[in-house]
This record gives sequence, structure tokens and C-alpha cells, in this order.
Amino acid sequence: MGLTLAEKIISRRIGEEVRAEDIVVVPVDLLLAHEGTGPLALDRFSALERTRPATQVLFFSDHAAPAPRRELSNVQKRLRTFADQTGARFYPPGEGICHQIVAERWARPGQIILGADSHTCTAGALAAFATGMGSTDIAVAMALGQTWLRVPPSIRVEVEGTFPPMVTAKDVILHLIGRLGAEGANYQALEFGGPTVAAMSVEERMTLCNMAVEAGAKTGLCAADEQTRRFLASRGRADGYTPLAPDPDARYERRVHIPVDSLAPQVAFPHFVDNVRPVEEVGDVPVDQVFIGTCTNGRLSDFRIAARILQGRRVHPGVRLLVCPASRQVYLDALQEGLLQVFVEAGGLILPPGCGACVGVHQGVLADGERCLSTQNRNFQGRMGNPEAEIYLASPATAAATAVRGRITDPREFL
Amino acid sequence: MERILRGKVWRFGDGISTDHITPGRYYHLRGDLKALAEHTLEDADPEFARNARPGDFVVAGKNFGQGSSREHAALVLKERGIQAVIAPSFARIFFRNAVNVGLMPIICDTEGFETGDEIEVDVVEGRVRNLTRNFERTFRPLPPVMRAILASGGLIPHVLRYGGFRWQDTP
Ligand code: SF4
Repeated sequence: MGLTLAEKIISRRIGEEVRAEDIVVVPVDLLLAHEGTGPLALDRFSALERTRPATQVLFFSDHAAPAPRRELSNVQKRLRTFADQTGARFYPPGEGICHQIVAERWARPGQIILGADSHTCTAGALAAFATGMGSTDIAVAMALGQTWLRVPPSIRVEVEGTFPPMVTAKDVILHLIGRLGAEGANYQALEFGGPTVAAMSVEERMTLCNMAVEAGAKTGLCAADEQTRRFLASRGRADGYTPLAPDPDARYERRVHIPVDSLAPQVAFPHFVDNVRPVEEVGDVPVDQVFIGTCTNGRLSDFRIAARILQGRRVHPGVRLLVCPASRQVYLDALQEGLLQVFVEAGGLILPPGCGACVGVHQGVLADGERCLSTQNRNFQGRMGNPEAEIYLASPATAAATAVRGRITDPREFL
Repeated sequence: MERILRGKVWRFGDGISTDHITPGRYYHLRGDLKALAEHTLEDADPEFARNARPGDFVVAGKNFGQGSSREHAALVLKERGIQAVIAPSFARIFFRNAVNVGLMPIICDTEGFETGDEIEVDVVEGRVRNLTRNFERTFRPLPPVMRAILASGGLIPHVLRYGGFRWQDTP
């Protein structure tokens, strides 16, 4: 019997064959934390009476970048000071979201990556076994260079067919979460494959893997193939490439097929990510804010499709459009291509690279009774800083169409 | 850890997220657990934030703790003195965090429990008894590695004691 991607990565890293449900101790290749979770990890790390991490650690200022208040500036300073003293790496405000930087500069096929952030699973797009944990687990991994985990059973998600125009990876993952439910993949891995995933860029795969956790999954994974090699080479990291695929006779907990030929743009309604409907069934929903960005959809290909709709048009007068590049690299690429100019001319507002409005810390906090359509991954009550507001989730194309019309709009109207 | 726990129920619905437990707008308070804990679950039930007492239980619907990895979600419940969280299912990061900080998660059918009920939990036998409504439910024990961590009082004391992860000889 063959191995799933999750079983294969963990088996290789341990040096012995392990199977779903085994409880194992594995070496960890990369750890990350940010201002929200890093300080507690440092407290715990010092409680373990250690001074230097046993493995590579990255700290990020992305959730509150630049800091809107003194408590957060102090926290960022603490992470920077620790990094300076121990050889850990600190990314200051403006560098971007942790998951984007991990994909651009660090993650490689076959690695084990733990992050004190639930969307660490984004790096599964590069065939790394990457999962979110709390600060204590991260501190212990810093001290020991290893962690314990239960090898997850996998759900195989076969994506087939050719995308109709204006339908994207985000619609696939929203549709999948709607089908599985918010706990449909609890304690399991989502393994994405099939011809449509094989044709996807790493950026699109990141959108899939990013939201694996919204179905409760421990991680999302894609095979490492030619697309992966190209992505790594484009960032000067071709030497980090190893091909990695599940065995054809691997055992899956279940298989889910998603034919995309007939897939419509999808929208998740408040206040749950699995409350998903196709855009035709949305009805009349006026919005006050549209947010294009985050670790889910703040990349170049996301901006390209949004700019195609916004080019030469104006944002509806009742709407604030916020656009936030996921990293400095995305920012530079979007500048160079003239995409940011399109957004600003249309009436949009560019936020500095980081999490921006996603988590309600600053920048774009909603007013009472307001509605936002966002390209982010969560719409829980209070997520964007106000429990009296509503958040709808959709793709960058749907977001751009909505920004123009002022109500949730099918992007296929702009073909 | 005591074998028999007794206390009062605070009842919550399905899908309580980490944004309910510790809202993002209090991000800046994460360095001050006491202050952060004053807002625990306030968007789901403001009464809880005001009136929960040490020794109470949180009893919820499915997928408790879904969302972010913030360990503060488990820590504020512990800070408020909550003895255990009882739900039919948990989101995995919250589940692991709870064990790591020494807060007991109990996977159990919670149909029929209401706020204010008195309950008694036998952690060894795996039984929850609703004393107010006079019924009983059973639950399965945690996996050995998690039992070992809880028995040490959390992951940090566990690692300090054993120098790593150790569960093979857990009863
Ligand atoms: S962009 Fe949003 S979901 Fe992504 S890491 Fe930042 S806060 Fe979390």
C-alpha cells in the first residue's frame, strides 16, 4: 500500500515508514511566529531555560504593521531584540505577511514547518508539511528542534476541468469548504490534486492550501512538480527543489471530486466560512467596504484579475476599496506592472504589505452595521474589529466587480 | 488533578471561534492576560465575561475554538478558572493548546445542557453527570500523549520534567 503526501513527507523526515494515525516525534525545519503569538512563545522558551533556538526561527511584524499602538511596538521590539541576540530572523513591518514570505524565501518540498499561526498550512502549496500550532508548541520546538504529531489521514481533493473566465482557485476552496463543512476535515490533511491543480501556479495552490484550516484540516498539500520548480527558480531557490508526489495506491479517508467547468464564483456569508453560496444565489447585498489582500489572495495574480475589472472604471461612491499586497515583493511587482496605479485611479486605497484589515487590529475596522466583502479566509463575528459588522468572503474578481457596483456582483458581468 | 470536578455550566452554541473567545480588537492586550481575560467570550455572551466564576464549566456545541492559533483563547479560559471545556468536537489547534496550558478539553455530547446547570465530571471514569436535569453522559479518554501532558500540568512542565515528549508509560 502506497503513501499519501503527508505520510511520505513525515516518513522521509523521520527516516522510517509511518502511517496515518501513528503518533510520532519529528524534526522541525522551520518555525515562525508573529507579534500576536511570538511574545508568548518567548516567555515559554525562557521558562524552558533555553537561550538559543535549536532550529531556524522566523519572527514577523505583519499583523500590526506598522504598529498602531505602543504595546504592539514594544512587542515588535522584543522580537527584534531576541532575533538579534540569537540568530533568529526578524522581518520588520513592511516586509509582508509571514506565510507569503515563507513561501517566497524559505519553504521547500519535504520540510516540516510549524507556525504559531493557523494559516501556516499555506506552505503546503510547496509540498512542505506545514501546520499551525500555539505558542507553547512553538517554544518547545524551538528548544528541542522537534515536535510530536499524529500523522493525519488524508482527504484527496481531485480538481478537474478548465476554469471558466473569472472563476479561480478561491472559488474552488470556498466551494469545497461549503461541501465539507467547517469541521469536515478536522485532524486530517487535505491533499489537492488532479489535472486542474497540476496546471495551477504555486500562487493559486497557496490559496487552496491556505484555507485548508477553514475545513478544520491540519494541513493542505500539493505535490511538488514542474510548477513548484519554476516558482522556486523564479526566486533564485532552484536548488531547494525535490519532486514529491503521493503514491498512486495511497490510502485516503475519502475522495472529493470538484469539476470546475461548471463552477460559479462562490461567496461565504456571515458569520461562518462554510456558509457558502454560488454568486447567482446571493441576492441584493450592498457593501460598504471591499478588501483585496491577505495571505489568501494578496498576490500578483489576484491583483491582475482585479485590475482587469477595475481598469478604466471607478469604485462605487458608497464603497471603500482597500488593497493590500501580501509582501514587499508583491508590492514591487504590482507597481512595476502598473496594477497599483489602476487601483488608485479607480478610487482604491493601498495599504502597506501585511495583514492589513484582515484581523481587526487596525486599518479598515468596520462601523456598526457595515458590510464588507473581503478576499480573506475568515468571516467570524468580530473578525474585522467590530462584532456589529458583517463579512462576506469571495475571490479577487468578485471583490473587484463588487467594488464597482457597490453590491455583491458576479464578476462574469465584466467579461 | 482532581478526579471529580463539580461546577456550574455556561452554555454556548456551535462554532464558537477564537474571535469570539479573544476578539482581535483586544490584540494589544495579549501581553496582559488578566486584562484580556475580562473580555473572554464577550461577543458570544456578555454575561459570561462579567459573571463567570472559577470552577465553572464551558459547555458548547460542535467545533469549539475554530479559527486562529492564538493560545490566548485557551489561556483566558484558564485565567478565568474554567475547570474544563466540554463539546462534541473541537478545532484541532485549540484542542492542542488547551492541553498544553493545562486546560482540560472533554469531547462529549452536550445536547440538553443549559446555562446554570450543576454538573459533576469524573475524569477517570469518563462521565459527565448533569445534577440539575438528572442525566449522564460518557466520554472517551484523551490520547496517551495528551493525558501525559495534562498529568504534568501542561507541556512546559512536561518537557522540563522529561527533557522531551514522553507518554509510552502513561497509564
Ligand atoms: S492575512 Fe489575515 S489570515 Fe493571513 S496571517 Fe494575516 S491575519 Fe492571519
